[in-house]
Formats: sequence, structure tokens, C-alpha cells
Amino acid sequence: MTWKPAKKLFALATALMLVATAAACGDDDDTATDETTTSEATEPAFEAGTTMARIAEEGSITVGIKFDQPGFGLTNPTTGEQDGFDVEIAKLIVAAIGEDVDIDFVESISANREPFIEDGTVDMVVATYTINDTRKQRIDFAGPYFVARQDIMVMADDDSIASVEDLNGKNVCTVTGSTSATNVAAAAPDANITLLGTYSECAEGMGDGRFEAVTTDNTILAGLIQASEGAYKLVEAPFSDEPYGIGVKKDDDAFRDFINDRLEEIFESGEWADAFAATLGAIGLDTPEPPEVDRYTETPPAPTTTAAP
Amino acid sequence: MDVVLDNLDVFVRGMRTTVSLTMLSFGVALVIGIVVAAFRVSPIPPLRAVGALYVEMIQSSPLVLLFFLFYYGLTKVGIQYGEFTTAVIVLGGYTGAYVGEMVRSGINAVSTGQAEAARSLGLTFPQVMRVVVLPQALRTIVAPLGGLFIALIKNSSIAAVIAVSDLLYEIDQLSTATAQPIPIYLGAAAAYLLLTVPSGILIDQIDRRVAIRR
Repeated sequence: MTWKPAKKLFALATALMLVATAAACGDDDDTATDETTTSEATEPAFEAGTTMARIAEEGSITVGIKFDQPGFGLTNPTTGEQDGFDVEIAKLIVAAIGEDVDIDFVESISANREPFIEDGTVDMVVATYTINDTRKQRIDFAGPYFVARQDIMVMADDDSIASVEDLNGKNVCTVTGSTSATNVAAAAPDANITLLGTYSECAEGMGDGRFEAVTTDNTILAGLIQASEGAYKLVEAPFSDEPYGIGVKKDDDAFRDFINDRLEEIFESGEWADAFAATLGAIGLDTPEPPEVDRYTETPPAPTTTAAP
Repeated sequence: MDVVLDNLDVFVRGMRTTVSLTMLSFGVALVIGIVVAAFRVSPIPPLRAVGALYVEMIQSSPLVLLFFLFYYGLTKVGIQYGEFTTAVIVLGGYTGAYVGEMVRSGINAVSTGQAEAARSLGLTFPQVMRVVVLPQALRTIVAPLGGLFIALIKNSSIAAVIAVSDLLYEIDQLSTATAQPIPIYLGAAAAYLLLTVPSGILIDQIDRRVAIRR
């Protein structure tokens, strides 16, 4: 019973192979595509060897996000899952690889992001990750998918700070392993900068009177201000652009192009704006225009490096 | 390795802070340790209880937790110290508990006949401790105290969590600024070796010099 159909199938396969060999002289690709499309008609096909193909094959992807950043990636204490804009962006990108690809979110603190990408702990990082030339030496960025601006947070009753220059001579807190410290040191060289581990520690220290100001991206400050219930306020004197990119392995151009294409797709379709409104919108930020994707081709030279003060 | 050589001044600056933090904390730890040990062997039960409670509490707390509690917590009750002072208090208090246990074991190693003889000569308990027991006790624990000192050099790096600009803190900054963590952290490991190895040799010398030859 089982033998006969098998024999028929074998004959059919042999016939197909003959046809294929005949056709192969003309076009190699056609037969290859035929085979994949018949077996997995629903999955978009990716060129073999690309990161997308591997992820689609494995059915899972590991994404580095922040677990402690309100609005971007924050662990929800009741569900234990992470929510935020970075999480939504990651989901929208992965959906284009395959609807049923599982996303494994891994906490990537600021200082861990490049090592995690380099050693393959994560496939991509969507973690309030500012695109800059120093980082481009080691990894590559898709995006930006958002442009934050560095701003200043002070106590609600403090009117002595109106711009970044006013930070000179003041005690200012920001976190280790971020670009915020470098930016504020350049804009206010006489500021007395303290670097702690997390932004919530900085906020706590400001509440305790150790610091007069906390500086970092306005989006992060918005979350802290909302959590403070009126104790802190935003100065609204932004002094730098922080384009947030998606970190991928250096020279994985196929994956980077794929993410860039997908970002433009969701900018266009309105899914990006919906994700923004549902996450950052909820902590009081207006939905901006989507940014322009930067498809840089050359790795810029490393900036001259000196120690951050 | 260029990134390390180009930034040697950063390493030196960090090492200087680490050394002064370690020295000051160890001074505090020795004082606290001797007091705690005296409490624990004293003839007054409430003092013994206080000594035991202190050692138990400190030894069961992670060091980083003590840093956070002292840095953020003390402010809530109206006491605020700067980062460096906070670090000296925490490291000194933490190491002090361990010093206390070592001194106590040193005291126990001095035969009871010594203390009894001193008492019978009319010395008070503090005098017995200061003149007869401690000088012998401390000599026997130079080597373990030295080990504790070396542990303190390494433990002092935890002060970086409250922004004390020690070696580790400076290294973290450098690693962010240059995005080359591996050579920089290797350099940091070498810098810590530069501090611990000579300390080990020095401790060995002291141990030989003060050892009681019996």
C-alpha cells in the first residue's frame, strides 16, 4: 500500500529533476524559488545565509532592550513582560520576518550593548541607542527610528536653570556608559558631573539635594517626571540631537537594509505613529514626524578619543 | 593596547583614588575591628551582644547594598556625606566586622594565663587588653589581616556605584569614551595587580618582622 505511491513519487521526482536539469542551463534561480514557495508559501523568502533567513528558520530572535526605561522598555511589575516604544518597534520589525517568530527580550544596559551585538548574545539592539561614530566602529546602525533631544530636569521649584549654560558650576547627574555625559561636558564645561548607574538613582540623588539637575534625553526625563508626581520638571532647553538607531552586527548590510526598509514601511503606514501614541504618548509626549532613515555606506573615522570627564 | 598607553594619566588618577580610599577605609576598619573584638570578649554581656549583632548584620549584607543604603538612605534621616566620605564609612564599617572577627580569634589564641596573670597584678580589663593581650593578638593575625587588606583594595571598586572616581569608575568612563572595553579592562586588571602584588610582598615582610618566635 505504501510502497506504490512512493514509487510513483520517485518517478515524478526523477521526471522533475530531468526538467530542472534541462531548465538549469537557462535559469538557476527559478527552480530554487519554486521549491521554497511550494513548501512555505506564507513565509517571505530570504536569501540563504542572511540573518533574516536564519531567524525565520529558527523561528526566534533575541532582541536587546532596556528593562528600566519608562516609555521605551520597562518591565511591567504585574505581567513581568516588557512594554514601551522600543518593544513595539522590535515587534513591528520582527513581524516582517515572520508572523510567528518568537521574540526573546534580553536586558541590555547601556554599557552592554556593543558587546552583546559583537558576541552574538542578541541579534539586534533596540534600547534607546544613540547613533554615533564611536559606536559605528564596532557595530552598525539601522534607522534612526526616533530622534530624542538631550534636555535638563530640575526640582519643580527651581528657576535658576533655564539653559545648558546655567549648569556651569552646578552639580549635575547622568549615567555611566551613555552619550549624555559627553554632551553636557561639551556644552557646560564647568558643570560638576556625577555619573551613577541608572537614571532613577540620579533622580533619587536630586531629590536628596545632592544634585541640582539631571540631564539626558527628554523622553527618559519625561518618564521620570511623570513618576515623580510633580516633584521634578523639564527645563525644555534641548541642546543635542540623539538619533536612536537599531544596533546590528558590523557589516551585516542585508539585515540593516531589511530593517531600514521595514522602518520606512511602518513610518508610511502609520504603525510607527500608533506605536508612539500607545507608549511615549501615554507619558505625555506628542507624536512627532518620523525621522529620515540614514543609509550610510562608509564607516566614519573614529573621533579623537579622550577620556570623558 | 595603544588606548591604554594613551590614557595612562586616567589610570594613574584612578589608582591614586583607589589607594587613598583603601588606606583610609582600612584605618577606620582597624579601629572598628579592635573595638568590636573588645566588645565581643568583654565581661559585660550587653556589650558582647552589641558586638555580635554588628558582626552578624554586616557579614550578612552585600557590600553594594550597604553603599546604596548609606548613600541614599541616610539622607532620609537628615544625614548626608559626600561620595568619598560615604565610601570610607561603608568600606571601613564593612571591613571592620571582618577585622573584629580576626582580632577576636587572635585574642583567643593568647593563652588565658596571660590575662589572668595581668588581672592578678591589678590591671583593669582595658589595661589587660591594651598592654598584654592585644600586642600579642595582633602579631598573630598579620597575615590574615593582610589578606583582608588586599580584599579591600578590590572591594573599594564597588564605590564606583556611588560615583567615587576610583580606578574602576575612571575605567568605565574611558571605556565609554573609546568604545574599546577589552584592552581597557585588561589594563585595569594590570593596574589592580600593580596594587595588590606589592601589598602582598609588604605584608609578608611585616609578618616576618613582627612574628613571635616561640
